Amino acid sequence: MTADMNKKGPEDSIPSSPGPATAPVPLKAIPVRHYGRYVSAVVALGLLAAIISAFAGGKINWGAIPDYFFDDRILSGMGQTLLLTFLSMAIGIVGGILLAVMRLSKNPVTSSIAWFYIWFFRGTPVLVQLMVWFNLGLVFEYINLGPIYKDYWSVFMTPLLTALLGLGLNEAAYMAEICRAGLLAVDEGQTEASHALGMTHAKTLRRVVIPQAMRVIVPPTGNEVINMLKTTSLVSAVQFAELLRQAQDIGQTSGAAVEMLFLAATWYLILTTLFSIGQFYLERYYGRGSSRALPLTPFQKVKANLASLGNRTGATR
Amino acid sequence: MTTTTSGTPMVKAEGVHKSFGAAHILKGIDLEVAPREVFCLIGPSGSGKSTFLRCINHLEKVNAGRLSVDGELVGYRQKGDKLYELKDSEVALKRRDIGMVFQRFNLFPHMTAIENVMEAPIQVKGESKAVARARAERLLDRVGLSDKAKNYPSQLSGGQQQRVAIARALAMEPKLMLFDEPTSALDPELVGDVLDVMRGLAEDGMTMIVVTHEMGFAREVGDSLVFMDEGVVVESGHPRDVLTNPQHDRTKSFLSKVL
Repeated sequence: MTADMNKKGPEDSIPSSPGPATAPVPLKAIPVRHYGRYVSAVVALGLLAAIISAFAGGKINWGAIPDYFFDDRILSGMGQTLLLTFLSMAIGIVGGILLAVMRLSKNPVTSSIAWFYIWFFRGTPVLVQLMVWFNLGLVFEYINLGPIYKDYWSVFMTPLLTALLGLGLNEAAYMAEICRAGLLAVDEGQTEASHALGMTHAKTLRRVVIPQAMRVIVPPTGNEVINMLKTTSLVSAVQFAELLRQAQDIGQTSGAAVEMLFLAATWYLILTTLFSIGQFYLERYYGRGSSRALPLTPFQKVKANLASLGNRTGATR
Repeated sequence: MTTTTSGTPMVKAEGVHKSFGAAHILKGIDLEVAPREVFCLIGPSGSGKSTFLRCINHLEKVNAGRLSVDGELVGYRQKGDKLYELKDSEVALKRRDIGMVFQRFNLFPHMTAIENVMEAPIQVKGESKAVARARAERLLDRVGLSDKAKNYPSQLSGGQQQRVAIARALAMEPKLMLFDEPTSALDPELVGDVLDVMRGLAEDGMTMIVVTHEMGFAREVGDSLVFMDEGVVVESGHPRDVLTNPQHDRTKSFLSKVL
């Protein structure tokens, strides 16, 4: 309010303005001081230091972690974990979109099938599903695809396939609900406009609705990817040599069992961090057109901050 | 109704009924739109004029009556005294020839202006990108937006968006254009640009059905005008006659409020 009065203008002849017409003094605006933030930061840092020192003083051989950090078994386990994450998520996303479209279909048969699938796979623990896939040989002794393939179930069901089916099909049920929310979030006018242009239902979905739904679908999907990365550790139960399994094996033989858990945890943290960065750029891509300006990438932010540091001549803003 | 020019009417409605659940929106609409005619539909909100417009390209399904575009039934095939609904792909095929412009533009927000205009010819007619782009550039130029081709809809004003939407509809080279209150969502000062584009279209001989509250446009550009209320056609005739000398009380009271 006072800043307004400082505007120089010819109509600046308010009777209450004191003194003769002096040049307007630029007023300095001071933002609210947040002293509480300094205090809480100090407290948080103190707590962190206490926790670190407690762990450092514990009966843990920290030296074992760097020794095995880039061990071949760890790296191969990580490769398997990543492979499993990507393939399961691919099954989950494709299946999820399919199920969501089926669920929203006007055809009562397809929507019921989708409903049942989601009900079943979301309603049972994924670990149970994994073990059932592994033991399905009790029901189907052979797998027989006519002239193409025929073998015992137990031979056919490799640990990788078990893991993929168990994790992927379970994930599809969750992705279906995420995709359904995304599809429903797209304005109905979009479908109408597309139909009015002569596009079929399938084309409308593919060209108009799904690209817009992605903006809603990507953030929770990123969440699912990170979740999946960690859920893959469950498949050590079906003899699959992924990261946690390998770390535990090393722990058994080297006698540094707990240390190897910390090692695995560190790798999981590194991987989730990398995924989060990927997610940011994906969100940015699907956000195009939805707002006037895209969010800045970290590099652009740093650049902008450096530039503003350079010309911070006066804090009068 | 209107003086029918020779040949089949572009749109012909006979006893068209439409209800949503218990709400009876259209109660027997009869009208005819001749080729090259600019046909204006006015009436209070809830009178069914937008619903009728949406029936013409089968965005809404009629419950009873016959509605045909260029001599062909909309959305149905007649066998005996029954109408059988067409398949999705057949309906889509017929919609190619009918352009529609919406009150809220409904541009595709994830595509730039020119991509919006190119989309349907490429996807529906299988046109090459180059051909579609050339036409899109021409159309954007026509609506005065060639410099905005690379902008996303969110970077355009309402009036600009609506003009892109008109260009998008024209890209399919329709024989009939439907306008559903094209200027109702616009700031008053942006209305003129959109109306100018529509006026240009009318001069080029496009058949247009316009649901509007712009009485000035109806009077100036319209060839015929229908006043609808509560799902029926109350009065119709030449815009100048209806607007200046309405016969029915309902028309008089409506016009006294909007003029």
